[in-house]
Amino acid sequence: MAKTLVIDPVTRIEGHAKITIYLDDAGEVQNAHFHVTQVRGFEKFCEGRPFHEMPSLMARICGICPVSHLLASAKACDGLLAVRIPVPAANLRRILNLAQMIQSHALSFFYLSSPDLLLGMDAEPAARNLFGVAQQQPQIARDGVRLRQMGQQMIEMLGGKRIHPSWVVPGGVNAPLSAEHRDKILAMIPEGITTVQRTITWFKGVIEKYAPEIQTFSRVKTLFMGLVNGDGNLEFYHGYLRLGDAAGNIIADHLDPVAYQDYIGEAVEPWSYLKSVFYKPQGYPAGIYRVGPLARLNVVNACGTPLADAEMPFFRTLDRQSSFHYHYARLIEILHGFEKVQELLHTPDILSQRVRAEAMPNSNEGIGVAEAPRGTLIHHYKIDDNGLITHANLVIATGHNNLAMDRSVYEVAKEYVKSAHMNEGMLNRVEAVIRTFDPCLSCSTHAIGQMPLQLELIAPDGTVVETLAR
Amino acid sequence: MSGVVTLKINGIDVGAQENETILDVARENDIFIPTLCYLEGLSRIGACRLCLVEVKGISKLLPACATTVAEGMEVFTDTDRLRKYRRLIVEMLFTEGNHVCSVCVANGHCELQTLAQQHEIDYVSLPYLYPQRTVDASHERFVFDHNRCVLCTRCVRVCDEVEGAHTWDIRGRGIESGVITDLNQPWGTSVTCTSCGKCVQACPTGALFMKGKSVGEMVHSPSFLTFLAQMREAKK
Repeated sequence: MAKTLVIDPVTRIEGHAKITIYLDDAGEVQNAHFHVTQVRGFEKFCEGRPFHEMPSLMARICGICPVSHLLASAKACDGLLAVRIPVPAANLRRILNLAQMIQSHALSFFYLSSPDLLLGMDAEPAARNLFGVAQQQPQIARDGVRLRQMGQQMIEMLGGKRIHPSWVVPGGVNAPLSAEHRDKILAMIPEGITTVQRTITWFKGVIEKYAPEIQTFSRVKTLFMGLVNGDGNLEFYHGYLRLGDAAGNIIADHLDPVAYQDYIGEAVEPWSYLKSVFYKPQGYPAGIYRVGPLARLNVVNACGTPLADAEMPFFRTLDRQSSFHYHYARLIEILHGFEKVQELLHTPDILSQRVRAEAMPNSNEGIGVAEAPRGTLIHHYKIDDNGLITHANLVIATGHNNLAMDRSVYEVAKEYVKSAHMNEGMLNRVEAVIRTFDPCLSCSTHAIGQMPLQLELIAPDGTVVETLAR
Repeated sequence: MSGVVTLKINGIDVGAQENETILDVARENDIFIPTLCYLEGLSRIGACRLCLVEVKGISKLLPACATTVAEGMEVFTDTDRLRKYRRLIVEMLFTEGNHVCSVCVANGHCELQTLAQQHEIDYVSLPYLYPQRTVDASHERFVFDHNRCVLCTRCVRVCDEVEGAHTWDIRGRGIESGVITDLNQPWGTSVTCTSCGKCVQACPTGALFMKGKSVGEMVHSPSFLTFLAQMREAKK
């Protein structure tokens, strides 16, 4: 008898999701879907608000990566002002974004995924969490907590508070950086670099143990997209979009992010509240692509900082298609983050008092693009002549990854779900592939509620035969 | 020269001029009474009811800002009954508008927010009304957000009594009331507005603010009114 398995809620992710696995009469996986089950309405309820409120309003989409929303939103507002913001302000925003990259990647790798990597996919679920990690490998747990703390402290020193700082404003930032805070951040960097390098060494040592997962997680072939700077190197704040294909060729380069609508389409599927984003020239659903750490490192020429670049030769030997390698890419980006923050803090005008361009709106439309930890983030606003929002469209990192996550769930389920009866390890592997993407579902549906996953088994007649939830 | 009276506030003997209000005397003696619609330099309308006090021998509560002191009066400013009413008033102010501190221009500089903190309001027990209200951003320099208006009428009074323009007024009744400019038209089309900005400075919340201000950046300085009032007094 055909059945459907439902994982609801999916655990150790950010937001709320459900996975459904459809089995045929023989008990083989016929199809599977990744459902995002929440809707939030940010694009709608901001209509009528003064655009100067948008960065802080939109940052409330997420408590993990508010900085990315702040930045994409403020950049869209810069577009409404039609100003070029002072260079030190742009660099301060860059540092803020990198600090967030460090803390968010640390959260994803250590808090959410390291239990799978350290304790094993089949470990007892009650112990498969950060506390389990802390018991077995206290140093790794400590490193994770410390890296996240460093990122958060940098954000606090720059923006005044750790979560939802209102420091980033249309036209720049609202206060310059003090010499005291610059020195404090600089003092943290050597420890940060040592800590992440220790993690990288450990991770490279265990990566081979996961050969079966690496192989299964690579079955979905997609394009990759990420922001690059003028040299084609890693960039998180301002640059061009670049797309690479499954074989590693660059298929589109120097794409102006402001023209995203020319090459990015959003499709709606009945099984998810999250829109499915695709690369228009290849159509839907063939234009499936991934964003985030793996995609970024797959498309860049180099990171542009020495220590991170020293990791690239090993990274290049890995299967570029395997979502499992999001983890390693994430660690390289943390390393790059510390190096880049150090470099930017040494730029001569970083303490400049001129950090804000004052202007009234000069354009009725503004588009801001930045790299969030999970991938490319696009905010697009239109205003009336008085400066009130008339339209907002947000394309979130997890939206770009939606199709790839959906297909990955299917491939992993096909590999591991062999009978109508589920077990914990099977369930966890299906979830683990989702975790590699570090999806932020509250962001992507712009959601109320928690983030947890549920698994359901559904018969051909639609009845739920079995449900596994945590 | 007016006479002097003596009275008790919270059991403390205080002296006052006979034409002073309970609020004046309390403030002179560093006794806290919350206010919202009251602003030094403007007429007293006793509208917000936050400054209500208990007076011995009188069963109803009296607004401290509009009640003149009397010889032998015994005033209580901080009783359980008053605390309960004040908290309820502040809660109702929150529920009848759309107040979202975290994304408000006046966050950290808002009298309504301060009142909520003073009354330890960490939740609201009444259902929110979520009214559909608009934002008037038609003025070149200022914005009026009806969502954040508590109808204290400080803008109406400062415009009329200090600036002499009377651009602002009130329309409607009860829950439907709202402030308007001129004949209920967009502020930017007002012919009486002098763009002096006094209304913006007098506003206790983020309802009136300068265009271009981001979250937490609108710091009102209503103290200019005290200065204006003193100068006028000196001229007389």
